[in-house]
Amino acid sequence: MAQVAFLLNGTPVHLSDVNPTQTLLDYLRDTAGLKGTKEGCNEGDCGACTVMVRDETGAKALNSCILFLPQLHGKAVRTVEGFSGPQDEPHPVQTAMIAHHGSQCGFCTPGFIVSMATAHLNGDTDHDTTLAGNLCRCTGYAPIIRAAQAAVAEPIPAWLSSPFTFAEISSGDTKGAESPHGEGVGGASSPPIFRPTNSDDLADWYLQNPQATLIAGATDVGLWVTKQLRQLSPVAFLNGITDLQHIEHQGGQFHVGAGVTIETLRKALAPHHPSFAELLRRYASTQVRNAATIGGNIANGSPIGDGPPPLIAMGCTLHLRRGDEMRSMPLEDFFLDYRKQDRRPSEFVAGLSIPDAAPALRCYKISKRFDQDISAVLGCFNLTIDEGTVTQARIAFGGMAGIPKRASAVEAALTGQPWREATITAALPAFAQDFQPLTDMRASAAYRLMTAQNLLTRYFHDLNGVPVNVLEVQP
Amino acid sequence: MTIGAPLPHDSAPLHVTGQARYVDDVPLPGNALHLAFGLSTRAHAEITAFDLSAVRRAPGVVLVLEASDLPDMPDLSPTVQDEPLLAQGKVHYAGQAIFLVVAETHLQARKAARLAKITYNDLPALLTVEEALAANSRFEQGPILWTRGDVAMMSTAHTVIEGEFEVGGQEHFYLEGQIAAAIPQEDGMHIISSTQHPTEIQHKVAHALHLPMSAVRVEMRRMGGGFGGKESQGNALAVACALAAHATGKPCKMRYDRDDDMIITGKRHDLKIRYKAGADAEGRLIAVDFQHLIRCGWSQDLSLAVADRAMLHADNCYWIPNIRIESHRLKTNTCSATAYRGFGGPQGIIGIERVIDHLAHTLYLDPVEVMHRNLYAPMGAPPQTTPYGMEVEDSITDKILNTVIKSSDYHARKAQIEAFNTSSPILKKGIGVTPVKFGISFTLTFLNQAGALVHVYQDGSVIVNHGGTEMGQGLNQKVAQVTAAVFGLTAAQVKITAADTAKVPNTSATAASSGSDLNGKAAENAALTIRDRIAAFIAEKHQVQPETVRFKDGMIRVGGESYDFARVVNWVYQARISLSSTGFYATPKINWDRIRGQGRPFLYFAYGAAVTEVVIDTLTGENRILRADILHDCGNSLNPALDIGQVEGAYVQGAGWLTTEELVWDAKGTLTTHAPSTYKIPAVSDRPTVFNVALWTDPNREDTVGKSKAVGEPPFNLGMSAFFALSHAVASCGEAYPALNAPATAERVLMAVTRVRHV
Repeated sequence: MAQVAFLLNGTPVHLSDVNPTQTLLDYLRDTAGLKGTKEGCNEGDCGACTVMVRDETGAKALNSCILFLPQLHGKAVRTVEGFSGPQDEPHPVQTAMIAHHGSQCGFCTPGFIVSMATAHLNGDTDHDTTLAGNLCRCTGYAPIIRAAQAAVAEPIPAWLSSPFTFAEISSGDTKGAESPHGEGVGGASSPPIFRPTNSDDLADWYLQNPQATLIAGATDVGLWVTKQLRQLSPVAFLNGITDLQHIEHQGGQFHVGAGVTIETLRKALAPHHPSFAELLRRYASTQVRNAATIGGNIANGSPIGDGPPPLIAMGCTLHLRRGDEMRSMPLEDFFLDYRKQDRRPSEFVAGLSIPDAAPALRCYKISKRFDQDISAVLGCFNLTIDEGTVTQARIAFGGMAGIPKRASAVEAALTGQPWREATITAALPAFAQDFQPLTDMRASAAYRLMTAQNLLTRYFHDLNGVPVNVLEVQP
Repeated sequence: MTIGAPLPHDSAPLHVTGQARYVDDVPLPGNALHLAFGLSTRAHAEITAFDLSAVRRAPGVVLVLEASDLPDMPDLSPTVQDEPLLAQGKVHYAGQAIFLVVAETHLQARKAARLAKITYNDLPALLTVEEALAANSRFEQGPILWTRGDVAMMSTAHTVIEGEFEVGGQEHFYLEGQIAAAIPQEDGMHIISSTQHPTEIQHKVAHALHLPMSAVRVEMRRMGGGFGGKESQGNALAVACALAAHATGKPCKMRYDRDDDMIITGKRHDLKIRYKAGADAEGRLIAVDFQHLIRCGWSQDLSLAVADRAMLHADNCYWIPNIRIESHRLKTNTCSATAYRGFGGPQGIIGIERVIDHLAHTLYLDPVEVMHRNLYAPMGAPPQTTPYGMEVEDSITDKILNTVIKSSDYHARKAQIEAFNTSSPILKKGIGVTPVKFGISFTLTFLNQAGALVHVYQDGSVIVNHGGTEMGQGLNQKVAQVTAAVFGLTAAQVKITAADTAKVPNTSATAASSGSDLNGKAAENAALTIRDRIAAFIAEKHQVQPETVRFKDGMIRVGGESYDFARVVNWVYQARISLSSTGFYATPKINWDRIRGQGRPFLYFAYGAAVTEVVIDTLTGENRILRADILHDCGNSLNPALDIGQVEGAYVQGAGWLTTEELVWDAKGTLTTHAPSTYKIPAVSDRPTVFNVALWTDPNREDTVGKSKAVGEPPFNLGMSAFFALSHAVASCGEAYPALNAPATAERVLMAVTRVRHV
């Protein structure tokens, strides 16, 4: 019985002896002989390894260097070699890239082609966003954008237009999504692959395997394998757990499953929380957002994750599960100390509840590069101002402490005060009470502190309608 | 018209389908082995104990080599013997290779390399230029000093400015990392390498294996980017593979993981520029005094030539009657800085552009006015000489600058920007201009030579091989166009194959923007030799003069007759006349005495100018390029599509150098920005929102191939206009000069805003 079955450029692949943390990229290049997909960084930051993965939820561009084979079970993978037609007719983005001189050294080009063709298939014309995860060092991007724009008018090629179906993958094989209890069968020489399809199975298994590594999108765990060269065992792959992938709008809250990807969350919340959605647009890249989950971003406990600060500022509630036991807490209480969370053995993040209204929420991400960068400082402000007075203040920062953290002293300095510049000025010294940031390769401690203070000033001007965002300035 | 046609890159159809083959895509025999280095974690230390037992025991490990296994240690340096393959007792930077692991897979080699137990005795490490200067740690005996006139004339100036300017380095970030493979032959070694310099690889491998160069063959089809980073930095991998292949008898491949690549290999030289300049009230330069403190790293590599080129560009396009340039090539315990697009030229140019910007600010003049008042006399006027005694005969800076100032609507936009800044409390705009004059030729004169090999087959098909390497710049397509033009064929009818030291020997690196100038001429010469033979043959048949034979549109016209090219070629073959020829080219006119700093190091200059508009946020320092207008001189372009691609790409790379691309070393000398997660090259949205690029296409006055000009490096400097636009935006915040350092990250911009507001 195959442990992992998927379609590769239209051909079924059944693997029965799978190292659970083998990356798709290594499989493509070393085993399948598909050398078109390139390794540029092996950490999901350059996009040279981009492949398109389709399942019932649609077509997504993903970084194959940090994608493990079991994550592909029941899905269809298309590499750069798989976008031309049955008679080698070029895909419109391929034609456009040649016509507009979009390739020079050509090493990033396969990744660009896949990202462009995936966006083309999805009708997504925000090229700066869909291509933010593809680095090119030769062209300066201008010809690539011209090619992407030229291809928009071309129809989706017939050979890509039929929707994904499981039936293609194969006959007589167990598919993760249909399997009642997930799979735990292994090949002769490899460990079993645990890929549950519902959270009850995960909860039971995790009780038995408290030392296990849970893998959702693998956008961080992937690097444990490719960069830290760690052996992970046992592991559980969570991307088949459909009951953790829902977003329900109920009682003034969005109830979001831990397995919801950042990209799905971005699109779902954009109408309600535009500033949060814009922050999520700048969360890594399209490829990473298509894999990374909000649960993983929280459970990871990183002090520089872009999820927790805005969610803390909104007053979200986190839901944890251990066996049959559920508990909930304000999200900020989950983060205890650097990389230390209030999570017991065998307990996992099940979901969170996000208030559906926070009209004054503003999220300010400061990084060296606008797109696909990690925040040096992320400031999220959510004040309630009644008749000119601050009645409630929720302010949370990333990058300023060992954990995502509320600016309690600043909040206290603002609460009850009139909403005017003098109040802002008076509150600035409180930042030093809340935060003693570090110096690292992203920014100095002095810059972090000064910028955090200045972001409060920015918030004041922003709410007053003064232009504060360089991304909104036109030439 | 084959020359001048805007043809796509010859490999574009292969690039977009994933069929283009790079070194790691070439199938090797199944028994191939894979290599990884064990690296120093200390910047400067003695190795006191060394335990590799766990490495040797690791799964898949076949062989482990340490310094004591190599009594005759191979050297990697392209210039002097100061780079042993493996550290011998001492390490000189964090990232230096200490041992070599040979294993069955790439992953096994990487894993095993981390299992070493090495004990160090730390020594004082020199990390900064100040530390190195204080310790007199340098290459060469002392600073190199070039002077013209007398900088004491500064005392007669109306205004004197001075300052210190930090300019950061730059990681190449070629998308394809360093890689090489060695395949043992019955009587030598076959190397495939991602290198800009196959002959250097051949030389180093031959030396390491004690073989004549004739026993080592190096092949290079294409690189996934080079930018200077593959001029010397591939030596380590090729030599390691050759040694391991020799020892095991099996093919060996080595590919750096990205983090290793960024930690091990050299980068653009960072430097500190100290300047003092005096001018009259209208901004005419009277005297300029520069001191370059260049951080070269632990070994010499190409640093002397890089530092020379920085000095050679300290004037950019300005006549400076009294000038003094003092260049310190400082030896530090950091990776060995190496060639990077511009090769020191940008580091020289940005110094004088800083002076112009600072002077204009001090004199309340528009920088463009100050530029105009100092430009070299235009082409046609009696030439002025550079500080190193070369006459500038071809200056077109005035024309280019005027044209782009007009086309970009500079003056009106500058007024609008000033109005915007008055009404915008938080966001401020700025506009900057950079003109460029860049010298073309290797400053090491003997390198200015190239060879080519052209075969015409009996069916009329043509193959050309040349000494240049394809790294994305489109060199092969340009050479194909030149060759095809000689025969009256289309570029598609000329096939170009991998650079191969067995076909064209003694090649120079594809560097210094020289690829098409040198190799295009060599290929043209080879093709002309064959064409002359064909013409002589067919002319004799028709009893006409050979000069009357025409090669056009795939036909050969002679004495009123017109024959298919292939048909005539077959007749020539049957007449037992050679249809194969080498071709050679050596750049004329140049001579250079680098010790005296006098001569004509360059055949000609390439020119350009750019106008860039930016916006900054004065609360966070965040900044962004809004618009760039570029006019760049390619002479009579061999292929305007490829040339525009070079200009656009170079601009964005140059702007990246001076904005987001920050290399950070910690206090112990460890590079902390060693992956794209921490080192930020421009992403797609960082390109200018409005990006107008045009070519200046007047023919080169020198006799270059097709009267074209080199294009690889010169436009890199145009990215400086973004930096000076940022300086202008910061200047709007107060009275003081911003004295912005590079790269102008959000942090540095904010610090400059704060400084300007509080001075």
